[in-house]
Formats: sequence, structure tokens, C-alpha cells
Amino acid sequence: MVKQIQRFHREPIINVIIGLKMKNLKDVIIIGGGPGGYVSAIRASQLGLNVTLIENKELGGICLNWGCIPTKSLLKVSEFKKNLDKFKEFGFNISGEITFDIEKIVKRSRDASKQLSSGVKFLLKKNKVEVIKGFASISSIAEFIEINITKDNGNNEKLETKNLVIATGAIPKSLPGIENENDRIWTAKEAMIPKKLPKSLTIIGSGAIGIEFASFYNDMGSKVTVIEAEKNIMPNEDEEISELAKSIFTKRGIKFFNNAQLQTIDLTKNNAISKFKIDNKIHEIVSENVLVAIGVKGNISNLGIEKFSIKTENGHIVTNNKMATNIKNIYAIGDVTSPPWLAHKASHEGVIVAEIIAGCQENHELKKEVIPGCTYSNPQIASIGLTEKQAKQKDIKLKIGKFPFLANGKSITTGDTEGIVKTIFNKETGELIGAHLIGSDVTELINSLSVAKSLETTEIELMKTVFAHPTLSETLHESVLSAYDKAIHI
Amino acid sequence: MVAQIKMPALSPTMTEGKLSKWLIQKSSKVVSGDVIAEIETDKATMEIEAVEDGVLYEIFVEEGTDNVAVGSTLALIKEDNDTEDQLKSFLEKNNGNNLSEKDKKNIQEINSKTDKEIHDTNVDKKFMNVKENISKDERIKISPLAKRIALKNNVNFSSLLGTGPHGRIVKKDIEDLIKSNKNITSIDSHHKSSSDKSYRDITHSSMRKTIAERLVKSATEAPHFFLSVDCDISEINKIRENVNKGDTNISINDFIIKASALALKKFPKANCSWNNDFIRFYNSYDISVAVAVEDGLITPIVKNAISKGIEEISIEVKSLASKAKKGELSPEEYSGGNFTVSNLGMFGIKNFNAIINPPQSMILAVGKAEPRAVVSNNEITISNLMTVTLSCDHRAVDGALGAQWLNKFKDFIENPSLMLL
Repeated sequence: MVKQIQRFHREPIINVIIGLKMKNLKDVIIIGGGPGGYVSAIRASQLGLNVTLIENKELGGICLNWGCIPTKSLLKVSEFKKNLDKFKEFGFNISGEITFDIEKIVKRSRDASKQLSSGVKFLLKKNKVEVIKGFASISSIAEFIEINITKDNGNNEKLETKNLVIATGAIPKSLPGIENENDRIWTAKEAMIPKKLPKSLTIIGSGAIGIEFASFYNDMGSKVTVIEAEKNIMPNEDEEISELAKSIFTKRGIKFFNNAQLQTIDLTKNNAISKFKIDNKIHEIVSENVLVAIGVKGNISNLGIEKFSIKTENGHIVTNNKMATNIKNIYAIGDVTSPPWLAHKASHEGVIVAEIIAGCQENHELKKEVIPGCTYSNPQIASIGLTEKQAKQKDIKLKIGKFPFLANGKSITTGDTEGIVKTIFNKETGELIGAHLIGSDVTELINSLSVAKSLETTEIELMKTVFAHPTLSETLHESVLSAYDKAIHI
Repeated sequence: MVAQIKMPALSPTMTEGKLSKWLIQKSSKVVSGDVIAEIETDKATMEIEAVEDGVLYEIFVEEGTDNVAVGSTLALIKEDNDTEDQLKSFLEKNNGNNLSEKDKKNIQEINSKTDKEIHDTNVDKKFMNVKENISKDERIKISPLAKRIALKNNVNFSSLLGTGPHGRIVKKDIEDLIKSNKNITSIDSHHKSSSDKSYRDITHSSMRKTIAERLVKSATEAPHFFLSVDCDISEINKIRENVNKGDTNISINDFIIKASALALKKFPKANCSWNNDFIRFYNSYDISVAVAVEDGLITPIVKNAISKGIEEISIEVKSLASKAKKGELSPEEYSGGNFTVSNLGMFGIKNFNAIINPPQSMILAVGKAEPRAVVSNNEITISNLMTVTLSCDHRAVDGALGAQWLNKFKDFIENPSLMLL
């Protein structure tokens, strides 16, 4: 009994000593305040961890400030512009010239980013996450990990943490050996804040970023040329969708060059000349600006990655399925790790890593095949799971269904009848292996199929699901029915 | 009148069984009383008899099918004057009460064989039928895809714990299970072709599966504690010397059974079983006796042991043990029981800790009776002692109660005349 009382008195004293020594010891430090980092910080704080988030630039990261969000604002503008052509069809009589002010358009998109960035700041504050503005790097790894933060005023601060989450995202890959003058060569960032609308724009790369800008500038009136090294545009998408997209965009006036190897970009006083090779034949395209959208690489410079031998591959940090790097207690999430490089993947990983650090006993696996991918061009493209080609390469016997928006009642009423919904099932098990959509608002439709895929539904449950009428989502139902030769409206 | 043959519940604990053999073929004539199929339960092989005259119209469960849920429709018997229409109207009238949706679908398909437009899902519907029934009583959380893959690959998932949310079985779980099954098979086949066999794999019998399932449940769910005590059996041996002169051969174990029942009566709180929301107290004194049989173990029951004489108990135990070894126990002879006695004294075991026979709360492990040196009144004397160890489920029986029970038991064993009162 006496012993117990002594212990009871002693313990708090020990705690005080430890507390003094470890004043700056954090449970988690997260480097990077993008959709991976800030979500992870909030979740970690919800789980009772002592969290510090370090961001060098704006909260919300690329996604919110220089990616997903501002581009959606721009694309809404080009959608309006395109719909102006339809006003007459819908019964409006508009006289006089309709003009736009590119400055105002850009400002609106910047405002959307600002609003959301301050929203993130508020959320972090509400969740008691300590946010430090500065550039973080790993300064030592011993029992704990020491982080050095260089602030804007040049001062340094050191913090110790039990766990580190690297969420520094990615930066655009640049073309080697190509000079830039007068901002004639753009990355996505410059393409988001044009001072004036270029008369002509050449886009190198036809991934999601390239195609979104191609769609925007083309709809706004620029003459757009897209140069793609692969056989198809949007090489990650299902071939059939790629071809359909190419034909729709071509009809809208975008010019495509596939199988094209870029040689040089020569700058003249007013133009950039892109030279590229197709089948050993050199082509030249002259345009006012060139947007280089050939992918991204991990944002890992000056972090201490090499110094502490954190394993990387092709410029991205290597992690296991529990987001752990090769160094104990150092995790990495989002674009700085392996693809897909998507904001929603980063956020999901952010939640998972917070739960792993907090010791939650849940199934933490994030299956890549249930992560949808979206391109917000006009028309939109959305997909989940394997493409037909990928599925065939895996020797899976398939049931494939397709349904065009042209046969959908809601599409007829809105006048957006372009595009199809393609669904791919495993013939043996009924698994929804992939879904590939192109058309108006398909980035909203895809989420129903994400739910279906997450829940591991088969074609039977999808067929039995009652879809409201009249909706665009009915095309999902019909596409599934069509895979089993049961479609009604085609 | 169309009659369904259903998987019978051959014992209260039986939830599923193996349809080991069909003894008549489809479209054969059946006369009431004919044995039409053999069912292997967790404990015995039983026969199913036809209760109607007619024709075996359709078989839904192939022979050799494991884990067929109790109540599943195995086959249909059509009486001589039945028409196809009657079959249909019978099903409609029952409106799915007796048949699952899948059963109905099967019947409809049988009835409309001309209608070839059956949805092509490549699923073995007959198998689906059986499995659907399993999940009727106890819902198994499994994704539709995982279920489809399991059915296609003939994988039993009823006892699988899923890794999905809330233990839901997902595709990966089934794929892992199939993979691990394949590994076992491939190792096995590898060895068949090899002359150097360092081991052999024997597929689990129903009994082995039941033993594994029940004892894992008990050992993992019931917090066991153990109480041991030495019992002096000199008095019992004196009685046995007197009684066992003729044909009778009463064993110590017979006294133990009687004493256990009497001690339960003295401490009714110990005569119970743990359930999630309540503790069930029994008013019966049915003592299960562990009997070793070939490749397993079974616990036939001396029912109402409290009101039976020692000799009566002795005769009954001998008869039950002999039936058990021959596999002739009827389900009611081994189903239930309030308390178990497990005796390894005959193997020279001094003492051991037994795993409780669920859902019971206590089991008594009996060791060898032997003369041992005992110190009493500062002198070493020789006593005939037997060590018994009581295992208790701490959820239902606490230490003091177990100890009291065990002391009362010892009291009866050491003073067998008390058992006469």
C-alpha cells in the first residue's frame, strides 16, 4: 500500500521533467499544406495528436491555388462562352457583340482560390493545428526527427517530432534545354493567369492538364494545337474514349498531332516555333505561347531526402501500402509519392496516414483501382478502374456495355448529347472492372460507380438499382444493362 | 402434393451438414420409408427417409456437398398425381415462405426449360441455392463480388472474418483464401508424386471440424480459470470392493458423475451458461461424459444424473460409450448437457486442465487415483488420492463459486454416503 502511494506521487514529477525536456516534441509534423497535408493534419488533430503543419506558400497547395480549383473556374467561363452559341436554339434573341475581359475572368478564378485557401486556414485553426509558414527540411534523425524551418525573414526554427509526413506534392516537369523568354513558354501556372488571350497556343502533352487548357483556350477563341508523343491523346484513358474525345475536340477546332517527338521550341520576337518529328518527318507549329504539360515530378529538392537516404524512384518518394518510407516514422503521401497524382488520392492517403500514426485498428488499404480520374474539359472525361486494353492484357474475360448520351432523355432536354458511358465487367465474376465516361457532367456521374466499385457490387446489384428519371445517371444503368444485352433504350 | 426434402436438424447444435450420398436417382420412384440420402453431421452419419410416395423430381444439392444449412431444400418429391401446374401453384402459394428466392427461381427454370433466355451470369445456381440458405439464419457480411467469387470457386466463407468495414468479407479475403487453399493442394499433389513423404494431409472430418470450431470458440471467448483439489477416494473404493463382487463393475467415474450432479444442485448458480445478454441457469442435471472415439471425441450425456442411482449411471455410461465408439449415438444422446466430466486417469495422468465444452460453464478434469503420502497430525500416512481440476468460465462463474462447488464435490466423493441423502 505504501509503495503504491509513493509511486502515485512520483509519476507526475517524472512527467514534468519529460515535459520540460521535450517541450518542442510533436507527435506529427506534416510538410506541405495541400489536399494531402492539410487533410492529414486535421484528421491527426481529431485523433488527439499534437500536429504542426509547415507550408512554404499558400495553404491548399497546388490543387487549391494553382490546379484543380482555379482551372474549374476558368472552364466554367469557357462553358458559358460555348453555351452562348446555344442561346438562339433555346429561344433567346441576343443582339450586339458579347465580349469578355480576360482580367476579370482570371480574377474570378483567383478569388475562388483565395476563398478556399482561407477556408483551409479556418479549418486548421478550428482543429487546433499549429501552422508554420516556412521552408521545412529534415536536419537530423535520431530518437526523434528534427525539422529545420527557414522562415520568410530568414530566421530558423528547429522542431522535434515523433512522426513526419512528407506531403510536398509535385512540380511540373520541364523540357530540358529549352530557353524561355518573355514568358512565351508556360507551365500550367502561367496558363492560369494569362495577361491576354493568346491568338494561338501549342500544348505539349495531352494528359488531363493539357486537355483542360486545350478545351478552355479553344472555347475562348485561341487556335489550339496539341502535340502528344503517344498514339492516342489522353494516353491513360480507355482507347475508345480517347478516340471519341479526339474526334469531338477536333470538331471543335483543336488540332492534334500524335506520335510526335518534340525536337525544339525556337523563340522569335512574337512567337514560339515548336518543331516535332512524326515518322521521321519534321513538322513546325508557330504559336504565340507554348504550354508544357508533360507531367509532374515529386517536389523533393532541399528536403533532406538524399542526405537521409529516403528512397525515391523517378523523382518520387517510394512508400509501402501503409504510406511508410524506408525510414522509420517518416511517411509520404500524395503527389510526392507514386501515381495517380490526384488531389483526392492525396487526401485519402492523408487520412489513412493520420490513422496509422494514431494507431487506429482499421483496414487502411487504399486500392488504386477505386480512385476515379477526371478531366474537366468540355466535354468532360471521367474514368475508374481498368481500361478495356488493360483488362484484356490481364486475360480477363469481359462483358462490355456502352450507352450514348444521345439516347438519354435528360441529355436531349439540355442539348448536351455528346459522349458515351462505357462499363466493363469481368464476365466470370460480374466485377465492375472499369468505367469510362465522356460527356457533359460525367465527373459527377463517375462517383456513383466509385461507390459501386468500393462496395464490390456486381452487375446484378447495378441492374437492380433504381435510377431516377430523367437524369444523366440513367446512362450508367443502361450501360450496365447493355453489357448484358438488356439495354432498353437503345 | 409436392413434398420438399429439407436438410434436417439432427441435433440442437447442428447448423449445417454434409450431404454425403444420394441413395436414389433423379426421376426414380420413392416409397414412403425409403432411405433416400445420407447426411453426415458434425457427429454422426444419418439417413433421410422419404415420408411420401412419389418421384424424386429434382435434386438441388449434389452429393458430397459440405456445409448445407439446416432447412435448405435438398430435393423435391412429386407425388404420382401431381402436375407441373400444381408444382407451380404450390410454390406460389407458399410465396417463398418455405423456399428462398433462389429455390423458386430454380423451380421456375425447371418448369420452363423451353425458355432458354435465362440470364447468363455463369453462376452455378444450384450451389448458390445452398449458400443462400446458409446466410438465411445468420447474416454473413460479404460483398456481392466476394460472394460470387466464393461460390464460383466452391469456397466456404461462413466462418471467414472479413477485412472490410465491420468485418465485411471482400474480394481480397476470398482471393487470399483461394490462394492459401491452392498452396495446400499444390504441396499435397507435389508430395503425391514424390516418393519421399515426410507427412500426409488428411482432410478434416465433420467431427474434427466441430471439435476445432467449438474448442477454439471456448478457448478464445471464455476466460478460463482452474481450481484443483485432491479427493480421498478410500470410502468410494470400499463401496466398490463390496459392490463389484458380482457382474457389476462400478467405476470411480460413476461416482464422480453423481457427485457432480449433486454439487450442481447444491450450487445452482454454477449450473449455467454465458450468453451475450444474459446468463442462463439450468434446472436440469445432465452430465456430459467425454468419450474418446477413433479420430475424435464425443460427449454423450447422462441425463438427469441427479435422480439416478450409481449403478444405473454406470450401466448408462457403458452403453453410451459403446455406442459412441461404434458411431451409433442418436443426436439426443449427445446434444445438450449442463456440465462435463473428462477423465484421463486411466492413462495415468495425474492432473490436467480441460477446455470448457461450450456453452457449458464448467468442466471437471479428473486425474489418476493413486496412493500418495500425506502429512496429517505430523505423521506421514498413505491415502488414496485423486486430483481433480475444475475449469470455469469466469464470465458466468466466479472463483468463490467454483471453489465452493469443488469443495462440495470433494465432500461427496470423500463421504459417498452423503450421496444417498
